[in-house]
This record gives sequence, structure tokens and C-alpha cells, in this order.
Amino acid sequence: MKIVTCIKQVPDTEAKISLENGKVQWGDSPLVINPFDEYAVEAALQQKDKHGATVVAICIGPDSAREALKHALAMGADEAILISDAALENLDAQGAAQVLAAAIRKIGDADLVIFGRQSIDSGTGLTPAQTARRLGWPLLSLAGSIELNNGRVRVERVIEEGRQIVSAALPAVLSVVQSIGEPRYPSFMGIRRASRATIPTWSLADLGISAPTPLVEQRAMFAPPSREQPCEFIQGETVTEIAEKLVEKILAEKVL
Amino acid sequence: MDFSLSPEHQMVQKMVREFAQKEVAPVIREYDRKQEPIPWVLQRMGELGLLGISFPVRYGGQGMDYLSLGLACEELEAVDSTLRVVMSVHVGLCGLTLLQWGTEEQKRRFLTPLAKGEKIGCGAFSEPGMGSDVAAMRTTARREGDFYILNGEKMWISLASKADFALVTARTNPEAARPSEGLSTFLVDLHSEGITRGDLHGKMGMRAGSTGWIHFRDVRVPLENRIGEEGEGFKITMSAFDHGRYTVAAGATGVIRAALEASTRYARERVAFGKPIAEHQLIQQKIAAMLTDYEIARLLYWQVGWLKNLGRRCTRETSIAKKFATEAAFRAANEAIQVHGAYGYMDEYDMERHLRNIRATIIYEGSSEIQTLIQAGYALGMRQDKPLRCEPPAYDAEEWTKPA
Repeated sequence: MKIVTCIKQVPDTEAKISLENGKVQWGDSPLVINPFDEYAVEAALQQKDKHGATVVAICIGPDSAREALKHALAMGADEAILISDAALENLDAQGAAQVLAAAIRKIGDADLVIFGRQSIDSGTGLTPAQTARRLGWPLLSLAGSIELNNGRVRVERVIEEGRQIVSAALPAVLSVVQSIGEPRYPSFMGIRRASRATIPTWSLADLGISAPTPLVEQRAMFAPPSREQPCEFIQGETVTEIAEKLVEKILAEKVL
Repeated sequence: MDFSLSPEHQMVQKMVREFAQKEVAPVIREYDRKQEPIPWVLQRMGELGLLGISFPVRYGGQGMDYLSLGLACEELEAVDSTLRVVMSVHVGLCGLTLLQWGTEEQKRRFLTPLAKGEKIGCGAFSEPGMGSDVAAMRTTARREGDFYILNGEKMWISLASKADFALVTARTNPEAARPSEGLSTFLVDLHSEGITRGDLHGKMGMRAGSTGWIHFRDVRVPLENRIGEEGEGFKITMSAFDHGRYTVAAGATGVIRAALEASTRYARERVAFGKPIAEHQLIQQKIAAMLTDYEIARLLYWQVGWLKNLGRRCTRETSIAKKFATEAAFRAANEAIQVHGAYGYMDEYDMERHLRNIRATIIYEGSSEIQTLIQAGYALGMRQDKPLRCEPPAYDAEEWTKPA
């Protein structure tokens, strides 16, 4: 069995984001593997542990994105491929899906493609669905648990309204949520392997496609206006008095 | 010369940091208050391979180098000393000393379960009446056929009540010309008959750690558990301290970093006299001192890691690193409390715990006074490293990562 997991490199969640000349900046904060994608790698490794599989991590990005792939290798992925090309600078989700689908076809024989639910930077959450469309494979999104059986995949989807169990024939594309289980730490053996691994780089020419034209044009980027949140301390002689005042406030503000 | 960390080292650092920050930091205050070890911590450290980090794969270890061990200690102690203490006694005092002095058979039998984290090891050298003065040790081991009979008491032993094995030095020859020549070292199974042990309470710091005593009453230790030759106990104990002190130096460096990070963060947020206290020069002075001390301490322990990788004796360099880092860590924690003002005095802000914890490191594994004498001894030519029958093993990436 072969499982491809698609990961992205993003600024650390703790980075202080600012906007300069319409471009997002994160100072000297490190770039990390998209936290949701760590769950995707974890999901792939769980299936590898259970059924035996080759796990291939792929990532579109500049040379520095190798670090995200090394993280996946250190966690236990078997192979990693970087897709890097100067022509891929302005990529929207549709474009990313086109490139990823081409890479998944080039890897060949994939039974399962696993994504995190969304990236924490652009956050469209579209890439898994669009990749599935490009491949012509079913998409089972927001999977909280995965079961493979007789060439079919069965997942429990974690959705706002409740849980939904769906299944599809392999090959299929999944996006996973945190209920899949906490991502494992890299092992020392994995770290050693990852630090010595040579990660091949595929260009658009290697994939045999031309640069996708963005379907969505970014017109403006601005930081949300900072919200004024007035803070008021409720005073009173006794706890009961404070509580009564608080209740009145809550009712007056129509919070309840 | 190269002062950069390899990608491998950076990943080790990140992995250990994530474990310590994500899993231990949120609960450490509670256990420190209760004076109880975190019940799952040894098992978890074993699962992650930390307990076998710098042992060859063929002995069940992870095959990482000595610098990785130091980096792990820095990350662990940046959260709490008690995590690093586990590394000091299990990996440093016990495991690395076995790796250096044990026979092939002893390494297979004793080191392998330790490296795999299946057994926990500690080092038992200090006694109620001696610490720095190793040659004055009173625990005895009397040879009787194929056994040694151990009698005496060891005290201030980290993990005394938790460990399965202890490396114990005892007097085998009371008539030796020099007291230091009458000592021998044993790997003692702490589940043996005649052993009673317990924890000490009321420590100033390291309250989430286990520190205790081990009493030996006619404990039969098989001959094959003697590490090294009879009479080599003093030398073996000194080797154990070389390994242990390295982990203490690296760990204390983590406390300096924790103090620096907490202080810079707080100084930027806290406003006094109309501006963040970071803009007041007396606060800046404290932060600058922490940064400088951090850089010095780190360079010193990295140097030891490098020397250990080469298989060189580095008692002198380790002693400098240990003394500097532990004293600087105490200063840093103390000044970090000052930066935090009254909040720093509360356990909510971690710094008072670091201060209490780190105070012990200026005493144990060779007090600062002993380190000073060691350094003076080298400087004045009164002390030289004589060749050992078993020199510390160099790190050989290929050898150490070969499968069993």
C-alpha cells in the first residue's frame, strides 16, 4: 500500500503577523509544518503501523520547505519529495491542487492521499477537495478516524452537526481533523534518517505541466481593525452583591 | 572550527523541547507543590528514547552523540530540573559509566535494559558522612567466594526509590595503602534481599524529583556485577562524575535560558513609570548578564560534548562548564525573580521553582568548591589526567548506529 501525505510549510502559530506593503510578514519567526498536516502525517503513519505501507510526504514550496518534509521523515514517513519551481510563486488552492495531482500521478500507485483539514496561513480548506477532483477520486473530508478494509476506506467524519460514517473505494483522498490522534514526536532513529535523507526536487517540467493560472485574484490584503474591548470590574461588598450586579449586566447586554 | 548545530542536533532540540513544554510544563507546578514525582514521566521518557539517547544501538540505545545528550538536558531542565536529573543519574552516572568500564557481557546484561528504558539506573556514591571526599566512603563490600557482601548506607541518591540498578562504590580493601585504592564499584540490583530504601522529603527544591537513601545489610552481589577491577572504584567513580557533571552543566544552561526568555517576555509587557520596564537600563543590565551567561555556559558545554565525541578525557573542561553554568543559572533565576517583582516570588511564574531547583546543583556532583580545587590543580600542575585502563568511548556514528 502507498499513502501520499500532502503537507505545507507555514509560519509558526506563535509568529507575530504584520502587513507590509500588502504582504504578510512574520519577522524572524520560524516556518513550521502546518499543524493540521502533522495530523495528516500521523494518520498515514497509523495506517502504516496497522497495515504496512510506504508513506510519501510531498510539499510545494521553496527550498526551505525541506524542513517541513524532514519533520515528516523524522516522524516516520518513508520518502519525501519537494515540488519547487520559480513559476509557482502565486499559487491559489486550485493551482496547488493541479500541481499536487500531477505529483501524485507521477509517484504512482497511491491508494490513499491524506491532507490536514486546512492550512493555518491561507486557510481556504479547498486543496483536498480540488486535488480529489483533479484525480477523479472520492474525497472523504474531516475524517476523525480511518479504517481500511478490502480495498475500501471507511471514515468517521467529524462535522458540526454530529458524526457521519462514510466509505469509498480506494484510491481516495482524505482530509483529517485532530480526533485522529496527537501527532507523534519524531523518534531519534527518524531524526537520524531525516537529517541524512536527500529529498528530491521536482519542477513543473518534471511533472509535465505548465504553471497553473490562478483562478482567484488577490485584490487587497489588510489587517482586521483592532477591536476595542472595554473591561469593567464589578465591585461590591459581598459575593452575592457582585453576582447580582453581574447577572443584571449580563441581562442588560442581552448576552443570555 | 564550527559552532553551528547540525540539522540532526536541531531536530533533537526541537523534539525534546516539544515534549518538555507540551507534556511536562503544564503539570510541573502541581507535582512540585505536592512534592511528588510525575508518575508517568520515566515511562514517557523511555518511550521517547531519551533514556537511551547516547548509547550505541547494539546496546539498545538510540545511537545519538554526546552533544545530543547535552542538548536534551538543556531542554529538559529549561522546564524542570527533575527531568534532567533522570538523565544525569540514569544516562550519565550509571549508563555511560557502564559503557566506559563494563565488559562486553556486562554491557549486554546491564546497559541494554537501561538504554531501552526497561530498567532504571542510578548512581550511589554519597553517604550520610561523605560527599566530596570520595575516598572517605564507609560502605563496605567483603568478598565471600563468588559474592561480595555489601553493608552500609548511601544518601542523597536521586531515583533511589525508583531505580532497578544502582552503580555503587564501596570499600573492598580497608588496608589499602591509600584509602582511594581500596574502593571498588558494583552494579547492584536494587531488588536484592537486604536492601531498604526510601525518599527524603523537605528538600528546598527538586520537589517533583525523587531523592533518597539506600541501606545495604548483608546484600549479596555476584562477582560478575563488579565493574572494573578490584581497587578501581575511585577511578570509576570519577569517570561517573565526568559524565554526570556534563549533564548538569548542560541542564543548568537550560535554566539560564528559561530565566532569559521569561525575563525578556515580562520586561516587554510590564509597564512602570510610563514605559515597559524593558526600557529601564537596570532591567536591561540584568537581561544582558543573563544573555552573556547563557552564551558562555552553552559554549562551555558544547565544548565538552565535542571533546566527549572525540573520546578525550575532559575532567577539566567539564568541571569549568559545571561550575560556571550552575552558578550562572542560580544568578539568572534570582535576577529573573527580581525582573518579575512580586510575581516572580510566586510559584505561578516558575522562576522561584528554578531558583530552588538549581541551588542543589551548586552542591551535588562536586560542589563549586571542589570544582575550584580541580581547576586550580590543573592550572598549578598539581593534577594531571593519568591514562585509564578504560578511556571514555568516542562517538562513532557508524559503529553506534549499527543494528544489534
